[in-house]
Amino acid sequence: MSIAETTSKPGLSISGLNISFRNKDGWTSVVRNLGFDIAPGETVAIVGESGSGKSVTALSVLGLLPQQATRIEGSIRLGDKELLSLSPKDLKALRGNEIAMIFQEPMTSLNPTMCIGEQIAESIIAHRGISKAEAKLEAIRLMEKVHIPSAARRYGEYPHQFSGGMRQRVMIAIALACKPALLIADEPTTALDVTIQAQVLNLIKELQEEEGMAVLFITHDMGVVAEVADRMVVMYRGDVVEEGTTTEIFANARHPYTKALLSAVPQLGSMSGSNDPQPFAIYDINTGLATDAAVLKSTVDMSEILLEVKDLSVRFPVQQTIFGKVTARVHAVENVSLTLARGETLAIVGESGSGKSTTGKLVTGLLHPTAGKVEICGKPMRSDTRQSLSRSVQMIFQDPFSSLNPRLTVGRAITEPLRIHKLATETQRDEIAASLLTRVGLSPNIAKRYPHEFSGGQRQRICVARTLALKPSVIIADEAVSALDVSVKAQVVNLLLELQQEMQLGFIFISHDMAVVERISHRVAVMYLGEIVEIGPRAAIFSNPVHPYTRRLIEAVPVPDPSRRRDRHKITDSEIRSPVRAGDYVVPTRTYREVSPGHLVQEVGPEWAA
Amino acid sequence: MTGTFSKFKSDQIPAYLLALLLIVSLLAPVLPLQDPLLMDTASRFAGPSAQHLFGQDEFGRDILVRLIFAIRNSLIVAFAAAVLAGIFGTALGVLAGYSRGLTEMLAMRFIDIVLCFPPLLLAMLAVTLYGPGPVTLIPVLAIVFVPSFTRVAHASVLSVRSQDYVEAVRSMGASNARVMFSTILPNIAGPLIVQFSFTVAVTVVLESGLSFLGLGVLPPAPSLGLMIGTGRATLAQAPMLLVWPCAALTAMILILNAFCDDLRDRLDPKSSKIRGQ
Amino acid sequence: MFWFLRRGFASLIMLWVIVTLVFMSIHFVPGDPVELLLSQDGGSADPATVQMIREDLGLNRPIVEQYVEKLKGLASFDLGRSMVDDSSVSAEIARRLPRTLELIGLAALISLIIGIPAGIYAALHTGRSFDRVASYLAGFAQGIPVFVLGTLLILVFSQMLKLTSAGGFVAFSQAPGKHMLLLLMPSFSIGIGLAAIVFRITRASTLEVLPLDYVRTARAKGLGDRRIVLHHILRNALIPVITIFALQIGSLLGGTVLVEYVFNWPGLSGMLVSGVNARDYPTVTGVILVISALFIGLNFLVDVLYGLTDPRVRK
Repeated sequence: MSIAETTSKPGLSISGLNISFRNKDGWTSVVRNLGFDIAPGETVAIVGESGSGKSVTALSVLGLLPQQATRIEGSIRLGDKELLSLSPKDLKALRGNEIAMIFQEPMTSLNPTMCIGEQIAESIIAHRGISKAEAKLEAIRLMEKVHIPSAARRYGEYPHQFSGGMRQRVMIAIALACKPALLIADEPTTALDVTIQAQVLNLIKELQEEEGMAVLFITHDMGVVAEVADRMVVMYRGDVVEEGTTTEIFANARHPYTKALLSAVPQLGSMSGSNDPQPFAIYDINTGLATDAAVLKSTVDMSEILLEVKDLSVRFPVQQTIFGKVTARVHAVENVSLTLARGETLAIVGESGSGKSTTGKLVTGLLHPTAGKVEICGKPMRSDTRQSLSRSVQMIFQDPFSSLNPRLTVGRAITEPLRIHKLATETQRDEIAASLLTRVGLSPNIAKRYPHEFSGGQRQRICVARTLALKPSVIIADEAVSALDVSVKAQVVNLLLELQQEMQLGFIFISHDMAVVERISHRVAVMYLGEIVEIGPRAAIFSNPVHPYTRRLIEAVPVPDPSRRRDRHKITDSEIRSPVRAGDYVVPTRTYREVSPGHLVQEVGPEWAA
Repeated sequence: MTGTFSKFKSDQIPAYLLALLLIVSLLAPVLPLQDPLLMDTASRFAGPSAQHLFGQDEFGRDILVRLIFAIRNSLIVAFAAAVLAGIFGTALGVLAGYSRGLTEMLAMRFIDIVLCFPPLLLAMLAVTLYGPGPVTLIPVLAIVFVPSFTRVAHASVLSVRSQDYVEAVRSMGASNARVMFSTILPNIAGPLIVQFSFTVAVTVVLESGLSFLGLGVLPPAPSLGLMIGTGRATLAQAPMLLVWPCAALTAMILILNAFCDDLRDRLDPKSSKIRGQ
Repeated sequence: MFWFLRRGFASLIMLWVIVTLVFMSIHFVPGDPVELLLSQDGGSADPATVQMIREDLGLNRPIVEQYVEKLKGLASFDLGRSMVDDSSVSAEIARRLPRTLELIGLAALISLIIGIPAGIYAALHTGRSFDRVASYLAGFAQGIPVFVLGTLLILVFSQMLKLTSAGGFVAFSQAPGKHMLLLLMPSFSIGIGLAAIVFRITRASTLEVLPLDYVRTARAKGLGDRRIVLHHILRNALIPVITIFALQIGSLLGGTVLVEYVFNWPGLSGMLVSGVNARDYPTVTGVILVISALFIGLNFLVDVLYGLTDPRVRK
């Protein structure tokens, strides 16, 4: 890292960085001996799972950590300026000016009571001291630069009128307001849908080229790293375990943790040639030894249909006149039909508003359909049969922190379904709880403890154990692994596959994560705005996507392979549309075309033209 | 809210003081105390003495004994009203939050209407119609505080029922009653207990205000509000007659408030609301 | 603009419901209000007199007719005549209402001027001495009932220090200085308790806003502290303050009743208390209707304020 010349922008240089937080027993070290450089125009990614210290590092560069409770040692230099010894006043002049930052949560990172334009303009005014009117013009120019349509009109709108992707564009506009030398992006796309993620990554890249700034990219997603980073730093519990160019590390990782992380990352397209799911290879982080993935026998028994859904629709009124006339509706699920055979996994994929979770709730009887029917093992799901049918269909939820009642012990939570259906005696229940806990890889001794004592991965195992208590034939897994760290995610996916082997369970696996879906499913249904646009065998969908939406979805998935970096000029700036329709909206009749055996594609409507 | 004044003391103090208040008021009739109504016109306005620690009032009645019985009356009215309000308000709120739709709409409109009357005025309207006294006071105070329980119960039910574990129990095939009573209710108990203690505190204030105006507890029964009201007349000759009930009332309310704050910190840490009303 | 009209419409409906309920309340009473009025001294009422007064009040006519009559009266601001001295209730209210409004206005002003700045300052400096002392005082001020505070103020300032008279009223036009002086103690009695509540809510909601993502964004932009506090923290922290303040309007109005009584301030409450004591039904319902209307009106005002502060409400 050379000293910056006056004309070019300075780079960032971190060395010997140690960060500790104060807690009630003294100081806890969260980052140890961290060092790396970023040259102007270069992108460096810090990669790690939760608790690795990657976000803390980002905040320390901007001096945004709470002063009293933090101890920072080492050196953070921007060009020839030592940031750790700057006065609060100089630090303020630096923030948003020479170093800018964008955050993970676009939904909460903007002030809800201030209009969008003003939030961009105030940064310009603070650092460049220009007039309000000039700042407004400049803000509109920035909004256009980050591709916000009709920028001048949207200047006066408020954050709640913007979608997540658009808000992240606003955050980027704010960050770029003063042409910073360094942009820190802390998980900027994690909360976004995959097609929107592709657009935002694209935008950051494009702007970086224009401005020649250095980018520090914080992420847990190897796909994103492969997509954007020139070099990467892998962190594990506060330590750097590996550092190097992205190509080098992806090709030849040395540290066991990096290997474990990379092996747990599903690669889209890695499954071609196989029709059955395949578990992840698990690396032991301490020894670096890999346990090879077992080859699974086929579990699908097409002769027994566990679940049949026919022409299912559900609509919710969202707006009514005073006289009760509905003027707008969410068409959450529209004419969905699908089947699930014994031992089969059907994945439902889609982005926000696609109706995939609603479909899951309709199948379990948590919601009542407006039209259509659901049959479980040949019996119709109705409000009067829901209770008895629930023995055959069980559900796993996304958020393991809210899906366990905080007032019940683990043992009670697991046997709650038995209690509801008045099955087994109290002693039998204890035995069942113990054996189920063992089955999902937990110690039977934890039955007496409460959910808050466990990590996300452990809780999700407890939830799996709970769904098994009634020996169901169908399990609906609604984003069941989405909230988990990569390595934990791989373990839970393997657990689900093992259970399927053992009990010939049928899974409806609802997910937005195409890569996990490719691993786990036999068949895939792609949903968009409440409708299934394409359904068929997994191999067919992934190797030969026909519907434009399926293609866009697959193309948008970042590939964890730096050599296969995609051509970013192909990405279109379209937003995900909303399933809210006018009250008099007539649902168009859809027809499906069979591309290959079992592979059905919705005839493309006029909205997909162009 | 954190760091309220109660934090300065040891956590337990308000609870102990409240326990003392409750025990003394509960046992007042059996304690070896004088009759609070016993007059002794010979020693009107007498100062403190061995028999009468706080002195005697304008009818020569023992002030300390009257204070104790006044606190007792105040707490009886407050607890009775809070229990009634708690039962009806919670039932309504839980019903509204769980059944949604028309029931919810009607319940919420009902409380909106009750809330349109400032509490003191609603009580005064009732007194005009039904005459003063505890028989009017308790049901009226109860009605006044039904909305706050309904709101708290309704909001808590809504927030709890959106949790995945409620969906999970439903997806296991649990009946509505089971979801309601064994899953939701235990999880909303915290905010409701806190609301109950707030209601007791606010009811004490409201009752004393009405009695002060002569529209609550009727003389000669001892009541703090009434004692303050009559003490005003003899302000010049016997200021202590005014100071004692003022101090007792304020102390009682401060104890109740401090207890409520601690309770809320313990049971309902997320709530930053003050007083339901 | 639509939200504004919708709220206004809802307020009008509320007002109509209140009028109807108050009208109906007289018919829920066990026994006859007129007999109650006349039998106050214990003896039973003379049937002829009862009949005459019933005739006067129109209580003999069918209920629907009475209701229509009542609504018509209200439309022309006629609240009926007092059962005690046959004077016009509306005229008396019109005379006294401004004095009550004055009291409410000053009390609200005192509470906001003290509560909001103190709350923000305390939240920005949690755990420091100002925060501790202010929190302690707020706890105390919130606990002391208005009439106790008022009474003690009289005891100290007029009885012991002889600084001011024990209460009373002088018209502003006659002696502006004296008028304001007499207004000060009652407004202060109400305002101080309310200030404590405003303080605690402001402090709590500021503490809640401080760690939020958008405040971090504002700091990451390198804005000055002043701008962060005023434009990013305060505006959002005020939203719950407005909500709670609206909920406190009821006790504010109740507080004026007590305080007017304590300080002999000839506002609506003197009229109300004597009306209740005399069981003068038209007077009591008249005052309650006016105060409830005031209550609804103030709530509407708060709603508008709410909409101006929080763009998400304006739909």
